[in-house]
Amino acid sequence: MRKLILASAVALAALAPVAGHAAGGDSIFPMPPVKWSFSGPFGTYDRAAAQRGFQVFKEVCTACHSLSLVAYRNLTELGLTENQVKAIAAEYQVPDLNDEGQPIERPARLSDRFKKPFANDAAAAAANQGKAPPDLSLIVKARAGGADYTYALLVGYADYAKLSAEDKAKLDKQVQKASGDPKAKFEVTKDENFNKYFPGYKISMAAPLAADKVTYVDGTKATLEQLSADVTHFLAWASEPKLEDRKRTGVRVLLFLLVLTGLMYAVKRQVWADKH
Amino acid sequence: MASQHGTPPVFSNKLVAWIDHRLPIFSYIEKEYHTFPMPRNVNYFWNFGAIATILLVLMIATGVVLATNYTAHVDFAFQSVERIDRDVAQGWLIRDLHMNGASFFFIAVYIHMFRGLYYGSYKAPRELLWILGVVILLLLMATAFMGYVLPWGQMSFWGATVITNLFSAIPVVGPSIVEWLWGGFAVENPTLNRFFALHYLLPFVIVGVVALHVVALHQHGSNNPLGIDPKGPQDTVPFHPYLTMKDGFGVMVFLLVFCAFVFFAPDYLGHPDNYVKADPLVTPPHIVPEWYFLPFYAILRAVPDKLGGVIAMFAAIAVLFILPWLDTSRVKSCTFRPIYKWFVFVLLIDCVILGFCGANPAEGFWVPLSQVATAYYFFHFLILLPVLGKIERPLPLPHSIADAVLKKKAG
Repeated sequence: MRKLILASAVALAALAPVAGHAAGGDSIFPMPPVKWSFSGPFGTYDRAAAQRGFQVFKEVCTACHSLSLVAYRNLTELGLTENQVKAIAAEYQVPDLNDEGQPIERPARLSDRFKKPFANDAAAAAANQGKAPPDLSLIVKARAGGADYTYALLVGYADYAKLSAEDKAKLDKQVQKASGDPKAKFEVTKDENFNKYFPGYKISMAAPLAADKVTYVDGTKATLEQLSADVTHFLAWASEPKLEDRKRTGVRVLLFLLVLTGLMYAVKRQVWADKH
Repeated sequence: MASQHGTPPVFSNKLVAWIDHRLPIFSYIEKEYHTFPMPRNVNYFWNFGAIATILLVLMIATGVVLATNYTAHVDFAFQSVERIDRDVAQGWLIRDLHMNGASFFFIAVYIHMFRGLYYGSYKAPRELLWILGVVILLLLMATAFMGYVLPWGQMSFWGATVITNLFSAIPVVGPSIVEWLWGGFAVENPTLNRFFALHYLLPFVIVGVVALHVVALHQHGSNNPLGIDPKGPQDTVPFHPYLTMKDGFGVMVFLLVFCAFVFFAPDYLGHPDNYVKADPLVTPPHIVPEWYFLPFYAILRAVPDKLGGVIAMFAAIAVLFILPWLDTSRVKSCTFRPIYKWFVFVLLIDCVILGFCGANPAEGFWVPLSQVATAYYFFHFLILLPVLGKIERPLPLPHSIADAVLKKKAG
C-alpha cells in the first residue's frame, strides 16, 4: 500500500510540468472574481443565464462573430421550446439551391448551423481591419483560463490614460522586457483598445458590451458584469454542450469504480492471506 | 519453470480437450497465466505492465470507434472531431477516453520503466526484454505524436511542423527527407492522410512487440524487489489467483485516477490552442508538445546547434538500448545498492526538471538549467552507472526470497 502511494506520487510528479501552461492569465491585473454554476464535479448550466447570454450573443456578438459549430436545434438544450427555436431560426435567411439548381435564400431551419455574419473569411477580414474575428464556438475551451478569462476580457476594457502611474510603469517594464529596449514605452494607438486581460493588453475589438446595451426579456438589470457573465455562460455551453452529461456520468463511474476497487482489495487480501 | 506447479493440465470439457490437442491455446493460457510462477514478493510497482496492456486495448478499442467518425482531410478534420464531441452518441466519452488514455499510457509506461530501472530488471538474462520495451516506447512515441496531429488544431499543425522539420538538420539529405515525410512542401493534406494511416497501423505493431515482450518475460519470469532468482516453489506463487487479483486491484486504482481526469478534467493535460483550427499563417507564441515529450523537447533545445539537438534527443532514447551493458554492478535491486539507490531518484528529479524546462520558453534561466539537466542525464547513464557499479559495495543479498519474506514478517 505504501508503495502504491509512492507510485501515485511519481505519477503526480510527472503531471506537474503541465500545470504551468494550464493556469490561465498572467496579467499584471488581478482577475475579477466570478463564480460559475457549471464548475465543480456536480456543475450544471444555468438555463436562465445561458438564455440571457444567447440574447446578448444574438443582439451584439453575432454582428461580427460566427458560431459555426452550433445549430439552431441545439438551442432547445437551453430550455427553449422547439417552436421558439423555429421562430428564431426563421429570422435568418441562409443560402441554398432550389430544385432547379439556382441559388436562393430561404429562412433557416432547425438543422442549420448558426448563420455566419460574413460570406467568407476574406469578407470578414476586409470588414475588420484585415483580420477576421474568431469563430466563438470553442472560444471558452480555446483560451487558457476558460470562462474566467472570457469574462475578464469582456469586463477588462479600461481607459489607459486613467491608469495609475504604478500600473503604467508595470506595463512599460513588460514591454521593455519583451523588446529588450530599456527605453521602450507601452503605447495604445487609435486602432487599438486597452484591455487589462488580453495578452499584450491591446485588442483590436472595441468594447463590445456596456451597461444597458441589451434590454433583457426577463427583466434582469443589464449591468456590464451581468451581460458579460451571461454571454460567457452561453459561450461556455456552446464550447461544451455535453458538459452536464460528462459530469453526471463521471459521478456514477467513480462511485462504481470505488465500490469495485474496495471489493478487489478485499479479494486480494483474502487470496494473499496465507502468503504474507 | 511452469512445471514447478504441477503436471500438464487435463481438461474435463471434451470440446476444450479436443481443441487443445490440435491447437494448444488452453494449455498455453494454463501454463502462462495460471500456474506461471511469480516471485511471491513482487510489489505494486509490478502492476504497471498489466495496466499498460489494458490501456493498449482501451486505446485500440476507442481508436477504432473514433476512426469510424473521423475525416482525415485538412478541411474537415477539425470539424469532424468536434462533431464526435457534439453529435455522435457518447462521442465525447470515446474521445475523452482516447485523448486522456494517451497521457495515462505514458504515465503507466514511465512508471513501468522506472520500476525496471530501480530494481535492475534490465540485467541478464532480461536484456532483450528491456530492449523490446524500449522499442515499444519508441513506437508509442511515434503513434502518440501522429495521433496528436489528427484533430488538426493549432498545436497539431505546429507540433507536426516543428518535429518533422528536425529531420532537415541531417546534412545533405535532410531537406529531401522532410519533403518525403510531408508528401509535399509543407505540412498539408498528404501529411495528415499518411499520419492517420500510420496512427492506425502502429498500434498493431505495438501489439506484436508487446507479444514478444511477454514471451521474453516468461522465458525467465518476472524480476522482483530483491533482484534474486526464485530457488523453488517456496519462493513463488502461481500467477492466478495471486497476481490476477493483485493486478485487478492495481488496475482499479489506476482507472479511478484515470476516470477522474476523463470525466472532471478532460482538457487539463491538453493545450487550449488545439481547440483553434490549424492556421498555417498564425504561429502560436509558444509551441509545446504534449507533456510526455517535454523532457525530450528540453534536451532538443538545450543544445545550441540544431543537428546537435536532434542527435542529443535521439541519443537520450538510444542510451536506454545499451543500458544493460552500461550498468556494471552484479547486484540488480537498488535495495542492496546503498549509493546508486539515491542516484536513481536524482535521475527521476532530473527528468522532472527537464519536463519543466521543456514546458517553458527557452529563455532566461531555463536555458542553462536545461543544459545542466541534459548533461546530468547523459552523465548518469554514460559515466555514473559504469563507474559506480565497480566501486560501490552492495549490501549482502538474502539467501532466498522466502527467507526475506518470512524474516520481514517475523520482524
